[in-house]
Amino acid sequence: MKRQTQARIITLKIDGVDVAAREHETILELAQENNIFIPTLCHLDGLSEYGGCRICVVEVKGSNRLFPACMTPATEGMEVITNSERLRLYRFSILDMLFSERNHVCSVCVSNGHCDLQYLSAKLGMTRVEVPYLNPKVDVDASHEHFIMDHNRCILCQRCVRVCGEIEGAFTKGVMGRGVNTRIIHDLNGAWGDSDTCTSCGKCVNVCPTGALVEKGKSAGEMVKRRDWLPYLRLMQED
Amino acid sequence: MEATSTHAIDLTLLESVLVRYYGRSRSALLPLLHEAQAIYGWLPREVQEAVSRTLRVPLADVHGVVEFYAMFYNEPTARRVVRVCEDIACTLRGADAVAQAIEAELGLQPGETSADGRVTYERVPCLGMCEHAPNGLNGTRLAGDLTATAVPDFLAGVHPEPEPKIYGTPLLKLGRIGKMDPLSFKDYLAHDGYVGLRRVMQYTPEQIIQIMESSAILGRGGAMFPIGLKWKFTRGAPGTPAEKHIVANADESEPGTFKDRAILEGDPYSLIEAMSMAAYVVGAENGWIFVRGEYPRAYERLCHAVQRAQEEGYLGRNMLGRQGFHFNIEVRLGAGAYICGEETALFEAIEGKRGFPRIKPPFPTTNGLFQQPTAINNVETLVAALTVARIGVDEWLRFGTDESAGTKWFCLSGHIQRPGLYELPFGVSIRELIQMGGGVRPGKHIQAVLIGGAAGAFIGPEQLDAPLTYEGARQHGFPIGSGVVMVLDETADMRRILYKLSHFFAHESCGKCFPCQIGTQRQMEILQRISHDGGPRPGDRAALMDIGFTMTQTSLCGLGQTAASAIMSAIQLWPELVG
Repeated sequence: MKRQTQARIITLKIDGVDVAAREHETILELAQENNIFIPTLCHLDGLSEYGGCRICVVEVKGSNRLFPACMTPATEGMEVITNSERLRLYRFSILDMLFSERNHVCSVCVSNGHCDLQYLSAKLGMTRVEVPYLNPKVDVDASHEHFIMDHNRCILCQRCVRVCGEIEGAFTKGVMGRGVNTRIIHDLNGAWGDSDTCTSCGKCVNVCPTGALVEKGKSAGEMVKRRDWLPYLRLMQED
Repeated sequence: MEATSTHAIDLTLLESVLVRYYGRSRSALLPLLHEAQAIYGWLPREVQEAVSRTLRVPLADVHGVVEFYAMFYNEPTARRVVRVCEDIACTLRGADAVAQAIEAELGLQPGETSADGRVTYERVPCLGMCEHAPNGLNGTRLAGDLTATAVPDFLAGVHPEPEPKIYGTPLLKLGRIGKMDPLSFKDYLAHDGYVGLRRVMQYTPEQIIQIMESSAILGRGGAMFPIGLKWKFTRGAPGTPAEKHIVANADESEPGTFKDRAILEGDPYSLIEAMSMAAYVVGAENGWIFVRGEYPRAYERLCHAVQRAQEEGYLGRNMLGRQGFHFNIEVRLGAGAYICGEETALFEAIEGKRGFPRIKPPFPTTNGLFQQPTAINNVETLVAALTVARIGVDEWLRFGTDESAGTKWFCLSGHIQRPGLYELPFGVSIRELIQMGGGVRPGKHIQAVLIGGAAGAFIGPEQLDAPLTYEGARQHGFPIGSGVVMVLDETADMRRILYKLSHFFAHESCGKCFPCQIGTQRQMEILQRISHDGGPRPGDRAALMDIGFTMTQTSLCGLGQTAASAIMSAIQLWPELVG
């Protein structure tokens, strides 16, 4: 979110701690500044907010609803709870369903040890998946010279779609279908390697939270993603 | 994409269409895709590329939009698509037998196209003609009350088109339907047309907002937001009239709902008049009607009505002879996506994107269509406001209860002798409504009633005396929603009905937020097994409730938040259904 140089200052509580925020700042931004951990998946500093993963939902006193921290602006006097039993259960339930939906097998994944989904599950203390696995038959697109798109590992966070359009400006990646049949595509759902619009910049690979987008030639656990460049590029765009 | 190589695509056919779209923005994407598909029957790769170049929309986005909307085809499809409803109201009245007869007659299974490429056959979600269940669409021709023996007539395009079934009293909002020619502007004027708008135009917009606030009209689409407040916020939002929008949500897709279609087909000018009033109040110059793709007759009549109103000076610049009152309406056709009834998803659809809902806040009153201030109302809500303008707020408040003022349209369907659209004052009980509809068939008794549609709740026979009011609904734990009252007698297979509901949501989940995208699928898998693939297993109930609560609590929009509500209400009432 664009920083405002002259913003009003408001005060609120997060988990009982008094904090000050600039107006229009989101609960997530504020929590991060104050070293309060809120789990996220589709959010990534430097990209527009998507609000789809629902992992970052928080409670706000006075409302029965849950609010996505990444897209809910902090308001004066708000009392936010980021870590209750209720939230823990819903976050587990969402992770449960995510793991069961496609084929997330960490031990053979090139992103093993460097995966946001894996990290989050461990951090939240998840020990098993309660619902039966779907084990769908999903394609792998290895047609690109340097990269692989493995739909088995894709969680549809759309970070790759966003970085491709917002930062690189190539608009190669998109999304098709709906519901559980939603898929990341390149151009008109052609092979990635055949795309005329792809610049092979590799930004999508680096923002991907899992092993869905990887460089060729990596063995299990070798795929480390680098993202430190992203906020700088976004800042340069804004200036 | 192999299919495209076997078909030679003649792009010259498209040129006369494309020249009209050069220089236009992405918001023209859906209309252009509709026009292109009318030529080819589907949208071949070459056509999608041409569309992408013309509107300067990325290829992936064009493809994503084509694949999102069920009525756009990415594979060879006939120009004539035969669609048969497979949702619950039609299932209760014998849709399976009709579908089998069609499959036998055409020799096609759902999703298949005939060898000569002249007809495609599909089973589709609710077509919004539940008072004529079972029903279907043959191309753009509507057909209702189908039977297996009527199938040859239906396929030949000679089965009679369904006529409105309007009942109830007082018919404050539906009074003109069937009594006037819906195409004739003169006829509309002769039937008290523009009386309401002319009357309120004596007042200032602020005064009209006060009138609307005292009329206590709540949003009739299901969200129950007060119309006076919505108009006030939009009027107060920063922006010039050229930057503000009035949107009529005519994407009526809630299974069991067929109320707005009655106005769109039978009294389209009243919607135009109502939107003009909203424009006068809000100070907006741009009007949009978003009609679902499955309402071809409504779309045609609306387009005609808008054109006639423009010709007569009732839309356009300085309309109704009032200097500085500018307002125009563009009619937009959807393409088969339930989610687009969600207001922000509807904006995305008009903007030429996939119908992904946005996160609120910011709300439409400040950041609506094209991120500009927008008042978006359900068709019935707009017509209710117009009725208040015509008859006065005192007359309006004579009907209904203190908390639920005026009249409401109820869509009575299912196992009922006289299904139809009933306009009744709030306060009638469910039992009274069912009695007005002639009750269930002789010798049968009521097993359950679904209130509010697929996103609503079931009630059992012991709750029939609950009044149909907002306060009564709250007290009894069901939503009024869009006014669906679907009756199920003891012959209904409840497990199958629950499976049908879950199938609907799994099919219509947009895929944006994780809990709904996966949860609707998991819910459907479990209910499919329970219904006809092995029966219930221990733990099913707990799993369904877990998934249900997760979707209800964490989903992004109303679709996911209500995708389990009817199913969970049934499990609570009849736990034996799932275990």
